Amino acid sequence: MWRFLLPLGMAAALGVLLFAGLGIDPKLIPSPLIDKPAPVFDLPELNQPEARVSNGTLAGAPYVLNVWASWCPSCRDEHPVIEDLARSGKVRVVGLNWKDEPVDAKRWLAQFGNPYTDIAVDQSGRTGIDFGVYGAPETFLVDAKGVVRFKHVGTITHEVIAREIEPRLAQMQGAAP
Amino acid sequence: MKRALLLIGLLLLSCIASAIDPLAFKDDVERVRFQKLVAELRCTVCQNQNLADSNAELAKDLRLKVFELMQEGRSDAQIKEFLVARYGDFVLYNPPVKPQTWVLWFGPGLVVLIGASFVVASIRRRARALPADAAGIEDQP
Repeated sequence: MWRFLLPLGMAAALGVLLFAGLGIDPKLIPSPLIDKPAPVFDLPELNQPEARVSNGTLAGAPYVLNVWASWCPSCRDEHPVIEDLARSGKVRVVGLNWKDEPVDAKRWLAQFGNPYTDIAVDQSGRTGIDFGVYGAPETFLVDAKGVVRFKHVGTITHEVIAREIEPRLAQMQGAAP
Repeated sequence: MKRALLLIGLLLLSCIASAIDPLAFKDDVERVRFQKLVAELRCTVCQNQNLADSNAELAKDLRLKVFELMQEGRSDAQIKEFLVARYGDFVLYNPPVKPQTWVLWFGPGLVVLIGASFVVASIRRRARALPADAAGIEDQP
């Protein structure tokens, strides 16, 4: 009896393991930046080239850093979600215009609308490398002290905002006196 | 024939040279060091390629970054540390042994051990099932 059941059981166990593996997206790389201070950056602002966007200018309140580019189709998909988040007034939404041409970026914003309070221009992609960005869009939640609390890779959805970002924001507001 | 071989040889060479950008190395030692280093780093965009082979935009940027860090006089270990701090152990094709990677490092060995124990058990069982005199014949000088 065992000679029959044992291999069957093992095959079934392997099947369960492999099937569970199918549900894991290998493209998602966990970020080592979570709960660490956000990388130092100091970049020009897209619409006011003389102004800068840096850790210093953003400190004091939590913000969502949305990595986007005009060449990125998924950024267009998530754009309404980012707009809703910005409009909700729950958190500042800052753009990191990654490896893009400022002219294209401005045209894109004129066409779809600009949800961002500030847009840092990272044309060379160096700040992107510091943030461990490996594809747009990516979205970071940074707290008032400048510590990265959450990262989402790929198109963000209302569900991700409700499940991951809003509870963390509430926690931050609870922690702040 | 000779010409065909030469062609094949050259085609093989072209794979080696594939995605390396024109970077200004000061000597061959530096170039070899760079190529060895980028071959050990994984491209995060096309995950089954290393940084040396990948033509992805990001891989190009990361190769440039590795080159710049080399120019700044950083050691290989420091350059890997730089990338791991940003992208995690995932960028290393040779990840360090630590609790999170135990399954990766020891899992296959464990599976082989389990399989081997079954094979051994099965062989022993069969050997025992054979008639005693039949097994004894072979042992005779």
